[in-house]
Amino acid sequence: MPTRPDPDQSLVLSPAQARSRRARNVAIGLGVGGLVILFYVITIAKLGSHVFSMFDGS
Amino acid sequence: MSLATQQPAFDQPGLVGASLATPSDYIELLKPRVMSLVVFTALCGMMAAPGHLNAITGLISLFAIAVGAGASGALNMVYDADIDAIMTRTRKRPIPDGRVASAEALAFGVVLSIFSVMVLGLASNWVAGALLAGTIFFYAVIYTMWLKRTTPQNIVIGGAAGAFPPMIGYAVATGSVTWASVVLFAIIFIWTPPHFWALALIKSDEYARAGIPMMPNVKGPDRTRTEILIYTLILAPLGCVPWVMGLGGTAYGLVAAVAGTAMLWFAVQVYRVREGEAADKAARHLFGFSILYLLLPFAILLAEHSFGLRF
Repeated sequence: MPTRPDPDQSLVLSPAQARSRRARNVAIGLGVGGLVILFYVITIAKLGSHVFSMFDGS
Repeated sequence: MSLATQQPAFDQPGLVGASLATPSDYIELLKPRVMSLVVFTALCGMMAAPGHLNAITGLISLFAIAVGAGASGALNMVYDADIDAIMTRTRKRPIPDGRVASAEALAFGVVLSIFSVMVLGLASNWVAGALLAGTIFFYAVIYTMWLKRTTPQNIVIGGAAGAFPPMIGYAVATGSVTWASVVLFAIIFIWTPPHFWALALIKSDEYARAGIPMMPNVKGPDRTRTEILIYTLILAPLGCVPWVMGLGGTAYGLVAAVAGTAMLWFAVQVYRVREGEAADKAARHLFGFSILYLLLPFAILLAEHSFGLRF
């Protein structure tokens, strides 16, 4: 039965694993950022010109 | 299985079980080629619809439809991983190839399905959102989990999933389902059987090995050829209906008539030539042309409505 090593040791990734994890993290980051922009753009597109009418004082 | 084999091998370089999947593996789960066809037909439906559509709303809606289609593709790959591993055409897909774990792909597909429907509903309207949700459900559950493995009519009924995108695009612009969008749906619906059965005639051995009850394996190649011809006989005039309804102009009518006649000619060749290499060649020609048949008239419809090239 294998002995359980130091927990830190068990989290060492191979270079290939580390590379692919980094790529996945970047993709998730871009995806979440893209979603924020997407919802912002949807909001502006939905409001359209009405967004300016709140400033016209009427 | 012994306890020793269940334990992670900590002495190995790297963390055992850590994924090697890259973003491109996840993109492959979305079936990008199918997505591009979905985007194209949805765009046709969107542009052919009457009224003005905000460009940003239209682009976001297209994006949501593409992601929804991709999500249903990912869910399909999760459920079909066992048969994908058997067929040469599909064995290099991320799940059977071991690059993406099934559970991860399932989570990916479910999350994208929910987000795509939500974004489409918020960006355009909830009729389009509901149609997209229905399409994902139809493809992932009705077709993949039920029909595909149980009936030779699998791609006939399942073809509805691929036929919905122009209807969704039309609903994005109008907020409703009309006869015009039903006709666009019907064209793709009737086009699907001759398209897939032409491929099934060539790949019948592989489908048989995977245990998928495709028409040539269950009813035989002769019956398949007859049905291909029947569906194409319906398809050729049906393709001209948008012109009759005024949805397409003269250019559309001409292209649809010529493409329909050519498709019929290829279907007749498949019906006539039944033996040897020539039979495979005829089926391959029909399969190849069927893609062009769908692209050409829809591209003309798109050009007529987008650039005012209507005569």
